[in-house]
Amino acid sequence: MNEFYYFIREILLPSLFEGTLVTIKLIIFSIPLGLILGVLIAVGRVYGNRIISFLCAVYVIFFRGTPLLVQLFILYYGLPSVGIFFSPFVAAVIGFILCSCAYHSEYIRGAIQSIKSGQMMAAEALGMSRVQAILYIILPQALRRAIPGCSNEIIYLVKYSSLAFMVTCVELTGAGKIIATRYFKYTEVFLVVGIIYLLMVSVVTKFLDMLEKKLEIPGLG
Amino acid sequence: MQKGIDKVVVLEVEDIHKKYRGQDILKGISFKVRKGETKVIIGPSGTGKSTLLRCINQLTIPDKGRIWLEGEEVIHTKKNINQFRQKMGMVFQDFNLFDHLTALGNVEIGLTRVKRMDKDEARQKAIEELKKVGLEEQANLYPAQLSGGQKQRVSIARALAMDPKVMLFDEPTSALDPELIGEVLEVIKNLAIQGMTMILVTHEMGFARSVANEIIFMEDGKILESGPPYQLFNNPKYERTKRFLKKITELYGE
Repeated sequence: MNEFYYFIREILLPSLFEGTLVTIKLIIFSIPLGLILGVLIAVGRVYGNRIISFLCAVYVIFFRGTPLLVQLFILYYGLPSVGIFFSPFVAAVIGFILCSCAYHSEYIRGAIQSIKSGQMMAAEALGMSRVQAILYIILPQALRRAIPGCSNEIIYLVKYSSLAFMVTCVELTGAGKIIATRYFKYTEVFLVVGIIYLLMVSVVTKFLDMLEKKLEIPGLG
Repeated sequence: MQKGIDKVVVLEVEDIHKKYRGQDILKGISFKVRKGETKVIIGPSGTGKSTLLRCINQLTIPDKGRIWLEGEEVIHTKKNINQFRQKMGMVFQDFNLFDHLTALGNVEIGLTRVKRMDKDEARQKAIEELKKVGLEEQANLYPAQLSGGQKQRVSIARALAMDPKVMLFDEPTSALDPELIGEVLEVIKNLAIQGMTMILVTHEMGFARSVANEIIFMEDGKILESGPPYQLFNNPKYERTKRFLKKITELYGE
């Protein structure tokens, strides 16, 4: 039993610590950029002209319709053949942003379309331009409504960040895999890895719940 | 035509046509609104009264016809139209208050975002406008926390805050419970007394009679007849007008 604790405390946790930091970095870059792009794509689909709307729709079909792993492989292993090189970390972040924004955009598009047309009409009647109406009237309402859906996607992202290891970015799962293989302690290592993910997801969930509460407006949502 | 109202024309509408899904909704509407005048548009539902109001501030773009506001032609170009809309206050049947903003926020947003007014100044003005409709105590409530009558009064305050040249009311009391209609009509009546130029679509005949300088009876996308209230109510030219007024008066009371 002592040996077990020693392994956990002196070997496993220190090496997982590095990996956890990488995972946190992956999601800290991916979440906000994915969200922002998601908003842009959703707005493009709903309010863009025919061409913009079509392009946004095609984007979403492509990135929702293909496995994230395939997207990551193309980014990391495929693009060098046309002279574009990314480090494993950058490839993973780009992949996560491009994929998650497609999902975010669908939640946000649904929310935008659920806003009554009278809101836009009233905004325009006040003399707001389309862009002002979207920025100040439509999005503040739509984004609040999209929080539950987008939260879901963000929580997925925390977990699918483990796919970064497939493009040789050593994050939490990757660090675990290396230790597990070296010491042949798969059960122990991945139990701990799982617990760390659970902790991260819990923190993110708590944060998103608080955000939703803080932004809550009577009668909206 | 009534003599004595020889004031400046604020709004002129000429030969407005609008088709919707192949159907003619407006078939050539023309009229003038003079400063301080209250024009009430009545008529059976589906005759294009709301469409007409929306054509005036170009929320719906007419197929044909011209509109002038204070002598300037209202043209729907991106830059121009927002300027014109600021000068035309619009009040909707179903309020269309911005659901994510408080009563105060609803009145303020046009001032800060469209008129680019300084924040404190906008707040002061918004509070003033809410006071005028008797809602300064509800300033920090959200639309969902207000009654229908209160919502409509906020929406009137929101439109008034922009200092419009003309106010357009699209059946402002039709979505309200009967006991809440009075408070909204009161506000509109005060505006009329203070000399606001207004076009009002309504089914409230008693109110129309007491507040209108002229009543326009619309049917089937055209103006069938128009004139001062006593003439239309007591001595309409057309049998159709008489029948409509009789029916609506029975239905809604005076």
